[in-house]
Amino acid sequence: MRARSGWIVAAVLLLLTGCTGGARDGSADGRITLRFQSLAWQEESVEANKELVAEWNATHPDVRVEYVQGSWDSVHDQLLTSFEGGEAPDIIHDASDDLADFAYGGYLADLTDLLPERLRADIPQRSWETVTFGDGIYGVPFLQEPRVIIANATWLKESGVRIPTPEAPWTWAEFREVTKELSSEGKYAVAWPLKEPVSATLNLSLSAGGQLFHRGADGKVTVRFEAGDEVVPRTVHDQVNTDASASGSTLGSGGSDTLPGFFGGKYAMVPLGFSYRQQIVQQAPKGFDWQVLPAPAGAEGLAQGVSPQTLSIAEDSPYKKEAAAFIDFLLRPENMVRLALGDWMLPTGTQALKDPALHTTRHDWATGTALATHLRSAPAQSVRGYPEWKDKVATPAFQEYYSGAIDLGELRRRLEEDGNPVLARYQR
Amino acid sequence: MRASTGARVGQYVALLAYLVFLAFPFLWLISTAFKPPQELGSLHPTWIPENPTLANFRQAFDEQPLLRAALNSLLAATGAAVIAVVIATPMAYVMARHRTRLARAATGWVVVSQAFPFVLVIIPLFLVLKNLRLINSVPGLVMVYVVWALPFALWMLVGYVRAVPAELEEAAAVDGAGRLRTLVSVTAPLLAPGIVATALFAFITAWNEFFFALVLLKTPEKQTLPVILTHFIGAEGVADLGPLAAAAFLATLPSLVVFAVIQRRITGGMLAGAVKS
Repeated sequence: MRARSGWIVAAVLLLLTGCTGGARDGSADGRITLRFQSLAWQEESVEANKELVAEWNATHPDVRVEYVQGSWDSVHDQLLTSFEGGEAPDIIHDASDDLADFAYGGYLADLTDLLPERLRADIPQRSWETVTFGDGIYGVPFLQEPRVIIANATWLKESGVRIPTPEAPWTWAEFREVTKELSSEGKYAVAWPLKEPVSATLNLSLSAGGQLFHRGADGKVTVRFEAGDEVVPRTVHDQVNTDASASGSTLGSGGSDTLPGFFGGKYAMVPLGFSYRQQIVQQAPKGFDWQVLPAPAGAEGLAQGVSPQTLSIAEDSPYKKEAAAFIDFLLRPENMVRLALGDWMLPTGTQALKDPALHTTRHDWATGTALATHLRSAPAQSVRGYPEWKDKVATPAFQEYYSGAIDLGELRRRLEEDGNPVLARYQR
Repeated sequence: MRASTGARVGQYVALLAYLVFLAFPFLWLISTAFKPPQELGSLHPTWIPENPTLANFRQAFDEQPLLRAALNSLLAATGAAVIAVVIATPMAYVMARHRTRLARAATGWVVVSQAFPFVLVIIPLFLVLKNLRLINSVPGLVMVYVVWALPFALWMLVGYVRAVPAELEEAAAVDGAGRLRTLVSVTAPLLAPGIVATALFAFITAWNEFFFALVLLKTPEKQTLPVILTHFIGAEGVADLGPLAAAAFLATLPSLVVFAVIQRRITGGMLAGAVKS
């Protein structure tokens, strides 16, 4: 289905190029209407977005914002068609790892001179790097989430293992030892949901100094699977295949699929995105005691890669200045906090991150917030050809390695020897 | 040849297994729609919810404009079905009754058109709709659905028309009925079940369609049920499972009802003309 829709969209693009209309006309009474396509989907998040739009509309009678509900499931194809059809929303919510094609394709406005200094200064440079393509800034990163370990607190407490904190996290080696200690017959210390093994592995590998993608002096990127890149994959592989401390059956699962086993006492820990806490709060059986632990640290400490949620402006929008003003309003520190709480994620803004609501022990907000300064741009963020490399080479290679079908040498060979020609095709 | 009792039992067991296999997703959907969040996350899920709740339905209705989406789906599907049948019926009659070179060419065209990639349909439609300012409008979507449903509707109706013996029309003509009278009084009543079956098939196809609706409809007040359902799915495929199941269950009901009512006629319509009488 997805392949077919991609094929359709590609052909639409070919034929529509040059056939599409330009900017919309302004209204006769001079009143401007901006369309804001939001991908908020959780109840509290949709509510927060709608409230903020209503507040803006109440105070800006000349620039009305219309809330349009989008969907994560199909956003790329839908936006691509909208851009080519001249029907794109003025303000676009997406994720930074989806922006490269749109930015290089000229569909998004360069925000470098549109954003106010307050907003530019409030968001750290490492977050801006996730939305910088070439010389331009094509989105405002505003929400992000680290990968954390959600643990069965009772199980951990009873086992007597050292409980890690952001200040004193487990090392990867210690993590492996702890998982050996926690597992027993039929019960696993950890369940890795690795349906999408590449981004999870690459992002966590930053902690061990893994980089995988190396940009040469000529600006071209190549894959080199070095010592730092081995740490995370080897840990997972050995947990599953040597120690039997990680369940092999969850390797092909998504995060949500592992929760029943977690609640049922089959797994002590599940590495998940920070926002999964919302599902856990909703679905956990009464009395189930859980807690958030930081992901293990390596040579680079707690560093890990993320692809923040972003707000962009369509290049075709005739109201870029007004759209930027709305984004500025939406991302004021107090509003960013509301959005973050609604999505159970972390804000990128330094002012918002100081909000007491994000430092409570309730639902372990404080643990996640303490990780914010360690978050970096996902390694693959600006690598052209990454999607094909990921789908055709890296995903099957990691899946086979994690399941024990191939060894580390073969994994390295595939990522490098099979993968580099794929990337090279995009960089001629 | 009479089948042995063992073979007959085996057939029934296989049929039952097949029915269970087919029904499983829908029964699980119903079960999920009535489960509270804690039961959704259970390691030992039960078929019958232990603490059934309507909260998922309430949340689904609170979060998304399901009724409006259902109305849009209804308008789009009904419009598509009616127009497709109105266009296809006379075409099918001509193709079935007048086996001229043109009719044969038209039949061939219909067959070939089924092999075309989707893309050849959507591109001209997208351009036309954009120029007509019919993007983000239900009438625009109806146009797409009509074009999409027409070949199959035509194919079904040709079979139905061929199943009506031409001798009946000739007898009516001998009795003095004109062409129009023959069509209205003799052919149309016999063709009615086929027309209804074809219309309902077009209806259900349009009711379930997702991609055209996603691309063409921009604002929530215009979107159809399949598009609205995706709003319960978050990044990386995380879903608000309870409300999603509740909304999906409601979205499935019309199709089920329609199929339950007309399945015999649909089967008849598809098979009509399959064998030479």
